[in-house]
Amino acid sequence: MGLDFYTGKLADAVNWARKFSLFSYPFVTACCGMEYMSVAAPKYDIARFGAEFPRFSPRQADLLIIVGTITERQGPALRRIYEQMCEPKWVVAFGVCASTGGFYQNYSTMPGADQIVPVDVYIPGCPPRPEMVIDGIMQLQDKIARAKHPILTKTF
Amino acid sequence: MSAATVLESLQQQIVPAAGAATLSHDSCLVFQLAPDELVRTVRRLKEEFGYDLFLDVTAVDWPADALRFEVVHHFASSRQPLRVRLKTRVAPADPSVDSLVKLYGSAAFMERECHDMYGIVFRGNHDLRPILLYEGFAGHPLRKDYPKTREQPLVPYRH
Repeated sequence: MGLDFYTGKLADAVNWARKFSLFSYPFVTACCGMEYMSVAAPKYDIARFGAEFPRFSPRQADLLIIVGTITERQGPALRRIYEQMCEPKWVVAFGVCASTGGFYQNYSTMPGADQIVPVDVYIPGCPPRPEMVIDGIMQLQDKIARAKHPILTKTF
Repeated sequence: MSAATVLESLQQQIVPAAGAATLSHDSCLVFQLAPDELVRTVRRLKEEFGYDLFLDVTAVDWPADALRFEVVHHFASSRQPLRVRLKTRVAPADPSVDSLVKLYGSAAFMERECHDMYGIVFRGNHDLRPILLYEGFAGHPLRKDYPKTREQPLVPYRH
């Protein structure tokens, strides 16, 4: 009984720490990048949500933000970057192209980055308003807060 | 030289050899050529008329026509206020024209792109590897008979 009580609280504490220290890796391929800059800059300031620290190495990041259209030819690079990130890791599809392919339906465009990497939060919009991105980050934080990661629940 | 002078001399000297010419938008002279006249005409444009800039080569697919592909070259000059467009028709059985690599080095990459998208073969360009597409891509996506929803993923889709 006591053990249940303590693991529950430990999960909450770890998840609380995780959700406010998202180190993001922006995979910026297209025009949504401008909107990403706006979100990251002081006016909208995702630093308020603990996600202020873009790392330009996937090995140091735990949040992959896929910003913009993904082409078939970029697929191997994106998949490799996702695989280089350490657990725990989350993925946000920023904008409608990264979510579904957007208005493209042709030989060159991947119909959504979730065809090759698992996506946690989809932010629609062409491009999304900064408020939508912040809402997406907050939803991701809620998801992290509810997480039952093996490192917390498994007995090693 | 003014545009009118250039136009006049081009029409007088190129047209009899190269067939009909029309003036488009008062700024671009359009020639219809047979494929075997292409390199000779381009060399004259470059050497006699100062057309030192090769802008682009692309193609147009006319699926109903016997000479299905229209290969379109664009040239500009740093000395003259008139552009030149050359159109060449080729049949789908042998969609090939001569390469301009020996005249313009920049043609190498542009012909590779045209080969990617339309399958035009440029005789004399020995490096027609995919440039915008990738190894293993089947077909030519800007041809009208390429299905518009057909995708050829490099990484297998998850669902």
